[in-house]
Amino acid sequence: MSEIASESSPKKRRLGFKIQLEPRLSEPPRWYPFVISLGAIIIALIIGGIILAAVGGDPFRTYAHIGRAAFGSAGVFSDTIVKATPLILVSLAASVAFRMGLWNIGAEGQFFLGAFGASAVVLTPLLPVDTPRWIFIPVMMLAGILAGALWGFIPGLLKARYNVNEIITTLMMNYIAVSWNNFFIFAVWSERGFQMSPVFPKNAWLPRLTDYAASIPLFRGLTTHFGLILALGAAVVVWFVTYRSRWGYEIRLIGDNPRAAKYAGLNIKRNIILVMMFSGALAGLAGMSEITGVVHRLQGAISPGYGFTGIIIAWLAKLNPFAIVLVSVLFGALILAGREIQPSGIPKMIQGIILVSLIASDFLLRYRVRLVRTAEEA
Amino acid sequence: MTQTEHHPEAKDHEIVVEMRGIVKRFPGVVANDHVDFNLRRGEIHALLGENGAGKSTLMNVLAGLYQQEAGTIRVNSRLVEFSSPKDAIDAGIGMVHQHFMLVPSQTVTENILLGLDKPRFRLLLNQYDKVIAELGERFGLQIDPRAKVWQLSVGEQQRVEIIKMLYRGAQVLIMDEPTAVLAPQEIEGLFNTLRSMTAEGKSIIFISHKLQEVMEISDRVTVLRKGKVTAAGLLTKEITRQELAHQMVGREVIFHLDKQDKQPGEVVLAVENLHAENDKGLPALRGVSLNVRAGEIVGLAGVAGNGQRELAQVLTGLRDCTQGKVLLKGESINNRPARLGIRMGLAHIPEDRTHVGSAPNLSVTDNVIMKKYRKPPIARGWMLDIPAATQFAEELKQAYDIIVPSVETPVRLLSGGNLQRVILAREISSEPVVMIAMQPTRGLDVGAIEGVHRLLLAQRQADSAILLVSEELEELLSLSDRIYVIYEGRIMGEVKVTSEKSEDKIIEMLGLMMTGTPLEQIDGAANHV
Amino acid sequence: MDPLIFLQAGVATGTVLLFAALGEVFAERSGVLNLGVEGMMLLGAMSAFSVAVSTNNPWLGVIVAMLASGLISQIHAFIVITLQADQVVSGLALTFLGTGISLVFGEGLSKAGAVALLPKFSVPLLTQIPVLGPIFFTNHSVLVYVGYILTPLAWYYINRTRPGMHLRAVGEYPAAADTLGISVYRLRYFYVFVGGLLAGLAGATISLAVSPGWFSELTTAGMGWIAVGLVIFAQWDPFRAAFGAYAFGALRRLILDIQGPLTLFGLRNPFYYNPYWGFFLQMLPYAFTIIVLVIGSREALRKRLGAPAALGQPYIRGERGL
Repeated sequence: MSEIASESSPKKRRLGFKIQLEPRLSEPPRWYPFVISLGAIIIALIIGGIILAAVGGDPFRTYAHIGRAAFGSAGVFSDTIVKATPLILVSLAASVAFRMGLWNIGAEGQFFLGAFGASAVVLTPLLPVDTPRWIFIPVMMLAGILAGALWGFIPGLLKARYNVNEIITTLMMNYIAVSWNNFFIFAVWSERGFQMSPVFPKNAWLPRLTDYAASIPLFRGLTTHFGLILALGAAVVVWFVTYRSRWGYEIRLIGDNPRAAKYAGLNIKRNIILVMMFSGALAGLAGMSEITGVVHRLQGAISPGYGFTGIIIAWLAKLNPFAIVLVSVLFGALILAGREIQPSGIPKMIQGIILVSLIASDFLLRYRVRLVRTAEEA
Repeated sequence: MTQTEHHPEAKDHEIVVEMRGIVKRFPGVVANDHVDFNLRRGEIHALLGENGAGKSTLMNVLAGLYQQEAGTIRVNSRLVEFSSPKDAIDAGIGMVHQHFMLVPSQTVTENILLGLDKPRFRLLLNQYDKVIAELGERFGLQIDPRAKVWQLSVGEQQRVEIIKMLYRGAQVLIMDEPTAVLAPQEIEGLFNTLRSMTAEGKSIIFISHKLQEVMEISDRVTVLRKGKVTAAGLLTKEITRQELAHQMVGREVIFHLDKQDKQPGEVVLAVENLHAENDKGLPALRGVSLNVRAGEIVGLAGVAGNGQRELAQVLTGLRDCTQGKVLLKGESINNRPARLGIRMGLAHIPEDRTHVGSAPNLSVTDNVIMKKYRKPPIARGWMLDIPAATQFAEELKQAYDIIVPSVETPVRLLSGGNLQRVILAREISSEPVVMIAMQPTRGLDVGAIEGVHRLLLAQRQADSAILLVSEELEELLSLSDRIYVIYEGRIMGEVKVTSEKSEDKIIEMLGLMMTGTPLEQIDGAANHV
Repeated sequence: MDPLIFLQAGVATGTVLLFAALGEVFAERSGVLNLGVEGMMLLGAMSAFSVAVSTNNPWLGVIVAMLASGLISQIHAFIVITLQADQVVSGLALTFLGTGISLVFGEGLSKAGAVALLPKFSVPLLTQIPVLGPIFFTNHSVLVYVGYILTPLAWYYINRTRPGMHLRAVGEYPAAADTLGISVYRLRYFYVFVGGLLAGLAGATISLAVSPGWFSELTTAGMGWIAVGLVIFAQWDPFRAAFGAYAFGALRRLILDIQGPLTLFGLRNPFYYNPYWGFFLQMLPYAFTIIVLVIGSREALRKRLGAPAALGQPYIRGERGL
């Protein structure tokens, strides 16, 4: 009885080894996810480079250009930070929702509403022009947060009560938000027929580094603004809430296993609404920060797709608030540099390739790939 | 207790299936360790073993679902290699799984025709409906070919699965724990079907962990334990139940733990005339009334699917009832949030420990504080006191012997027994007034089962009121003070378990009630209640 | 403002949504959620227009568009079926990818000028049926008529043929299909591909028939997302999808046309005199999608209907430890 199977079934050619996929039984070492992610990004950049070459660009120059355009000097780095600031907040927003298994694709719309809310304080006007800055800013923050929270509340309510897919609803709310803002920009608050509102009074501007150039010459021209502090503060708050608060525990539990959460007596519907509001609030704050820190007026083009980028960043950073900060800076660099690159779709394409690579690479975290020698025993 | 007598010389018949040296590994475990198995034509060959012994795995290899790492399979003396279930079916080997492989939204006929070449393109099902109905008749399997599978009862679904295999010309039928979901009369019907199949020359492999059935229906038995064969192809009529049990478990099976006498206290949990619907909107509970007192274990016996799950859900606040009341210490808790019951001291060991009872990616610590995180010492205002939580988890790990590298390990990496310990630790440490334990030892090995039983008895000593819902009559008998039986959403009767009664008589009464005979109608019941 | 006019135009716009929705119906029926429709549509629109411009052959443009989107859909299929990654994230990534590639390769297309379009015609006898004739059979692009045929074909395929039965099984209970020899993976790859083909066709319909030209991201303006929402509203049924698609198309046209005339039903047209109110009109399709989804979800709850049971979950053969 020592026949080997392959001899009597010649139609099956055995290689002598095969690729075997085994689900991982234990956690991979801590450095593993980083290495895999890094590898995926590198591969993505290579693929992006190939496509760049195909369209007639020079990948090396392009990437070098990106590097210089983002980190080359203090001024440029400051600009990168400015681009990263709203990203941090929007990514935090996405991560908070993800944590509970919700897809908030509507950060874009909540961002716009936040900008609207902050602008309304100035333009209605809710507060007189000469209100001191230390009143103006917090009120605008509050307005931005509330407006964003409202915009998150609606899809949250629909999901909680009717189980309506939040991906589509938040997306639709994005488009509605743009139209809403446009109405005010074009019609109500339009500055002499232009497609933007009047400039805000100086008291309604977030302080910037360059404001202190008189005392610290180093800061001249650096547009990094107070929004960064807000963003970093928000990261700390999110971390605390998620890992150290009772509510955060509930969110994590529901996100991991809603059935277990119900069994433990948690009210899932209420939490869906609250989380969507929290998420919207963060995105709204991002909008406020961008309006009062950078543009100083309400206008249409305030977001190069921050909301969608935020989702990638959150996913990439595996929802860790501090990793989010780092990755946001990276993407801020991409966006900044991308404005100078032709064709203009390149950054978006690169983002897409990176995301695809990362998703594909995630597979390696869950499975081990092994080449197994198949030994035939009689 | 008749043996299958229609093939007295079964051992002289040709071998239709021969498996040799089968090795099948999964990450972390060798499910089949050089297993040999053979099947003769026209026989019913039982494959016996505990949960996790490797029986299903071995048959999944034979049925083409898995590929073995080593070893050979011969069908009718020809060497075969199955790379998919289809190959196995083409070779005449069909498997009826424990969890049915039927598409609920499609009809019986559609399910049976799935994957076949005919009908060619257009679905004109009428002619097939007829053929299938006739095929069923031939073997005593009644079904309506036009019914949608989700509308069928579990027993009827099983019939569809069998016909599905017969339709494809299966000569060898593998039945994986077929009686787990059947009531006793349905079991008899199934056995008749199996016998009529062997009369036509088909051969059957019958996977089971139930000794009585194996003794009743099989011609030969093979026993697996922890992936190895401990008894190969023994003639059933030449072996005793005790010997088989010994082969299965490897040591004297302890059927009884020390249960001390205890006077029960007041009624803690009272269920009055409870009515409820299941997920499909059909009545699941039709007027259930029972009670549990402090310091006693009350068992609930019944074949799965008779309302136990819905009852547990109503009691724990996960389902609303349409009528009736649930009183915990006198206060009505039905149709109120689950939080209320938990706050009042209701603990719940759920049936499904991975999908309901735990959060797989969260740590052990996170899992054990599920009931305690709202109050000090774990809660500090709106924050969590992480050191306190960790300390609590460490204490539980010691006390309940949970084997885990650290309390920060995600629980999805724990074995079934350890996970159950985590859940028990969590529930018991909340010092419950009432405990609802649903199938607490399902899928656990003997050692773990013993551990769970000890814990339940200890809770009983500590004056908890425990409702134990289980499908294992042995377990109910050894732990319960009283046993209710539920059948089709109604309580058929209640039996006290005392040492003065004969166990066999109790089992007989329970069996009758589990199949629909109310207590009042059982002869001699009056003497034994 | 003649209702027949905007309804007729609505049918044309609706055809775009119809193709995208039908494609997604096939993919989702097999159990795979593909949120990359917007990206695939944009890619289709760009490819169709680009090829038509260079070769002056719109039919070639349609074919290339379908193939391009079909191809890119396979990336999603690989990630989601073989690598078993999360279907939502992968779909979003696909949208990014498709959009990005379209923008990169479509650079400069907007200055391309005139291009040969697909033929438009009216169906001889049918065009004279009162009401229905002018709306459905008059002066439409050939692709619109393709849509009329495709819908019942899709329905028949799914519900009355053997391969359709296999499709449904794979999306409802893949384990059952697998044990009977149906290749779940292969079928899912195939139907995702079909989804890609149809999304590409939808894109081509935009750039070569309905709104000829290339306007970067505005070309699709979120119609891919609306199509995904429509699939839920349609309860995965081709006829309901068609109904929804045409209704939506009509709505979009209505919004455009309602701002034109001086009077509306004999009264002063508020949208003419307050042009900025047009922004609120622009919100309507998106608000309607939300309402439609709410209706669809409530209905699903009520009738205990729902998505194909295995939608969104990767299939792993022989899962241990049930």
